[in-house]
Amino acid sequence: MGKRVLLIEDEPNIIQAISFILSRDGWTVDSHADGKTAMAEIARRGPDLVILDVMLPNRSGLDILQDLRADPATEALPVLMLTARGQKRDRELAERYGANRFMTKPFSNAEVLESVRQLAGP
Amino acid sequence: MSRPPRTVFLERRTYRRRRLADAARLLPVIGALLLLFPLLWVPDPDQPASTGFGGLYIFAVWAGLIVAAAWMSRNLTRSEPDATEKERSE
Amino acid sequence: MIGFNVLVLVCLVYVATLFLVAFAAEKRAERGAVGWLRSPLVYTLSLSIYCTAWTFYGAVGYAVRSGLEFVTIYLGPTLVMIGWWWLVRKLVRIGRSQRITSIADLISSRYGKSNLLGVIVTLLAVIGTTPYIALQLQSVTLSFSVFSGDGGAVPEFASLSNTALAVAAGLALFAILFGTRSLDVNERHHGVVTAIALEAVVKLVALVAVGVFVVWGVAGGPADMMARIDASRIADWNLAGGRWATLIFLSAAAFLCLPRMFQVMVVENADEQQVAVASWAFPLYLFAMSLFVIPIAVIGLTVLPGGNPDLYVLTVPLALDQEGLAMLSFLGGFSSATSMVIVAAIALATMVSNHIVMPIWLSTRKGGASMSGDVRDVVILARRISIAAILALGYLYFRFSGGSEALAAIGLIAFVGVAQVLPAMLGGLFWRGATRNGAAIGLILGFAIWAYTLFLPSFGDSFLLSATVLQDGPWGVGWLRPRALFGVEGLDPVVHAVFWSMVINTAGFFLGSLASFPEPLERLQGAQFVNVYDYSRNAPGWTRSTPEAEDLLIMTQRILGPAEAQALFQAEAQAQGKAGYLPDTTPDFVETLERELAGSVGAATANAMVGQITGGAAVSVEDLMAVADETAQIMEYSSQLEAKSKELSNTAAQLRDANEKLTQLSIQKDAFLSQISHELRTPMTSIRAFSEILMSGPMSEADQAKFSTIIHDEAIRLTRLLDDLLDLSVLENGQVSLNWQDANLNQILDRAVTSSGSMEAERSLTIRRDPGAEDIALVTDADRLAQVFINLIANARKYCDAAAPELRVTASQQGNALVVDFIDNGSGIPKASQSMIFEKFARLTDQSRAGGAGLGLAICREIVAKLGGSIGYLPGQGGAAFRVRLPVAQAKAAE
Repeated sequence: MGKRVLLIEDEPNIIQAISFILSRDGWTVDSHADGKTAMAEIARRGPDLVILDVMLPNRSGLDILQDLRADPATEALPVLMLTARGQKRDRELAERYGANRFMTKPFSNAEVLESVRQLAGP
Repeated sequence: MSRPPRTVFLERRTYRRRRLADAARLLPVIGALLLLFPLLWVPDPDQPASTGFGGLYIFAVWAGLIVAAAWMSRNLTRSEPDATEKERSE
Repeated sequence: MIGFNVLVLVCLVYVATLFLVAFAAEKRAERGAVGWLRSPLVYTLSLSIYCTAWTFYGAVGYAVRSGLEFVTIYLGPTLVMIGWWWLVRKLVRIGRSQRITSIADLISSRYGKSNLLGVIVTLLAVIGTTPYIALQLQSVTLSFSVFSGDGGAVPEFASLSNTALAVAAGLALFAILFGTRSLDVNERHHGVVTAIALEAVVKLVALVAVGVFVVWGVAGGPADMMARIDASRIADWNLAGGRWATLIFLSAAAFLCLPRMFQVMVVENADEQQVAVASWAFPLYLFAMSLFVIPIAVIGLTVLPGGNPDLYVLTVPLALDQEGLAMLSFLGGFSSATSMVIVAAIALATMVSNHIVMPIWLSTRKGGASMSGDVRDVVILARRISIAAILALGYLYFRFSGGSEALAAIGLIAFVGVAQVLPAMLGGLFWRGATRNGAAIGLILGFAIWAYTLFLPSFGDSFLLSATVLQDGPWGVGWLRPRALFGVEGLDPVVHAVFWSMVINTAGFFLGSLASFPEPLERLQGAQFVNVYDYSRNAPGWTRSTPEAEDLLIMTQRILGPAEAQALFQAEAQAQGKAGYLPDTTPDFVETLERELAGSVGAATANAMVGQITGGAAVSVEDLMAVADETAQIMEYSSQLEAKSKELSNTAAQLRDANEKLTQLSIQKDAFLSQISHELRTPMTSIRAFSEILMSGPMSEADQAKFSTIIHDEAIRLTRLLDDLLDLSVLENGQVSLNWQDANLNQILDRAVTSSGSMEAERSLTIRRDPGAEDIALVTDADRLAQVFINLIANARKYCDAAAPELRVTASQQGNALVVDFIDNGSGIPKASQSMIFEKFARLTDQSRAGGAGLGLAICREIVAKLGGSIGYLPGQGGAAFRVRLPVAQAKAAE
């Protein structure tokens, strides 16, 4: 396996939780907490999958998603969106912008694992 | 308001009638001027104006005014049914 | 020689004929077969009452004395009639649309139905007309005397007075019979008009016959006549310019203002077609009446050089043994006199009864405003008595004026008197700014000047004015001499009087109108008069009772609304067995209607309104004042309505604003809920994730402890968030109850520092204080204030990014305010963010996330506001700085 996941999330405890779950399943997890520099981080790391929070400091996750889809290098990159706001509008926007999956916090660990496996599957 | 072809004719009549009303208004003014005209005859103490001539003048003017008034009033009233325009006094 | 008895017999036959004609015309009109009664010819002939005996006999005498000047008396009316489009047409239109009954009514109605003006004009008319009636009586008696004996010489005066009395009585009888047969709304008298039309023919035929006789019978035709004129005493035309122009103007004015002329020209008028024909036919009549005056005068001077020139029309045929012609001439003179007296008496009686008798009668009755059916009888009786009284007055004037000499000049004097109405009339017809006060001032001034300069001096020094006053002026004041007012000397008395009375009358009218303010009713009437062509088309001819019912319906519709009014009228018409909407206006129905209307507009108004339509006579001054007042009230009410509708639109605007606010609030609420959701879900995510991890299987002790701690921390964070939310909610809704007490700032700060220090001290923070300055007593809620301080200290602990965080707390007293500053040594808050840090969830950075939800400063702001103070960010202090401002003498009133 050894596939790499980049987690872009600003809440330290959530980073810790997701990192733990995924690493236990054999994934390599990197994390990044800032919205503004997220694009550069993605380009530098070249992950197989991006888990992207909607509410990030300095820049919205939805904006980052749009950039990803506009860039030919990352337009096919699987993206799992997370949000704590749980509003319909966010889900609709995320789907329109091309998120592969959308999950509302709090999520179950199995669900996250399952999604990650599907999106960045073998 | 729809405008049938006859309208042109009607408008013309209305216009005529208005001018006729103007003339009817002017008539007493002209009459007054003519009747006051003898005042301008040069007073000549040796030979004052004669009653005979003065009378002829006055009655001639009078008759003229009557004829003019008759002609105007005939025309004004004959066209009255067609005249639907609003008259304003001011 | 025709005997006196034959003369009387002819007169009686002639009068009987007149009665028959009048009676037949009345019958015909009653049957509704108006037909030729309303023909323009009859109308034109009825106007000929302008030509009285003063014309018939007097014109020749005038010509003998002043030559061609007599013609001015007929030129003025000629100009008025050929200028009918200006004035007479408008007068007639107003007369019909306003149901005018007399010239006094015209003036009264125009100026807001002012009875004062009605009375003034009526008095003026009576004073101006009475001598004129006397003049007619005199001419009739004189003409009798001509036949009774000494051919042309002035007969014994006393023997004539009986004849005059008989004539006056007969005329009164005729006028009463045919002038007051019924009380028509429009005062139209077909019988009288037809009779005077017949008389007009008689006098024209008589005068023309005498004229033809003198020109072709005595002289040898027109050419010979011209030669005789040139050879006569009056061959020279001594044209007096001032008199010529003045008399033309004066006769024109009198033609319009004479009560009897107004009666036949306006009141008796049926449609404008009559005026159109009369515009040339009446001048033609005057032309024919005037044509032979000079020839008759010239022949009279040759035939009867010593005779009374005022009787030449009669004496010349007699002297030349033309008895038949003389008899015709006598009848012509008789016709002239009688027709004038009859119409003048009717016109004056209408004015006297409507403007003097009825108002007095109404005011003397209890509850005069609630009139009933018997008012009509009263009006008719009043008219009859008025006619008799006016003729009696004329007779008495004739009796006591001493006979012919004083009366000869009365025609012109009366003209000047009635002409005083002209400014008020013309002003009322063409100028909306004319007011009642102006009209009253003008009328009274003009009337006074006329009486002083012309009427009273006409009696010589025998009446009121003594010879000294006439000569030297009153009290010897020269410029007040009646015949030389303001020192204007050398003028002809008539020209002098016309000039001054008209100038002062018009000036008074104009200035009075400018200076006064018209009442609502006056303005309404003014508009309806001046703009009569906008308000009425050429109204259809008048038929009995229908227009009245129709007018009532129109008026009722205006007040009750169309549906209700029509139902009311239809029900009444059905009860009377008629189809349609127009019942007969029986007194019962009028009363019912009045009551209906009174429910809507008040009794006085209803009475006045119904009264105006059913019988203009019965409207009292009080009624009209009430109308004016209620009109004003209605106007005020409508302005209130206007205000109400303005209020409504204001309310609508407020509603719109409120709606916008609600929409904004809803958006804010969405944002708030979204934030809450985020703040709640974030810790719950960690809790759930780590719980599942702990549940998923065995793990190292260290991991287990670590995860448990995270769950615990996040649980606390959730609790704190919920606490804060509840706290804020309570504060914002004003439900918080404060525990006011005496406190010391120092103690509160101590508590806050201790409390915040006891929390997890993950970062060290040095707090610098000045206990001496903190020793300030205040009344406050110590716990709440401590909460604020704790928040501020915790913020500094959390967010101060200096290497060695340090918080300086300073307290000071500024006037009434206690100021506490919290200043740290960090990098502070960017200027752009300073304004929003007190808003909910306004978290600036992502550092130390687990700390709070961004509600702390919002809560602080609420608490400080509740304590009567304020909190703000203090820029320019190096680090982040907050200033709390509190009132020192905080009264409990703030609770």
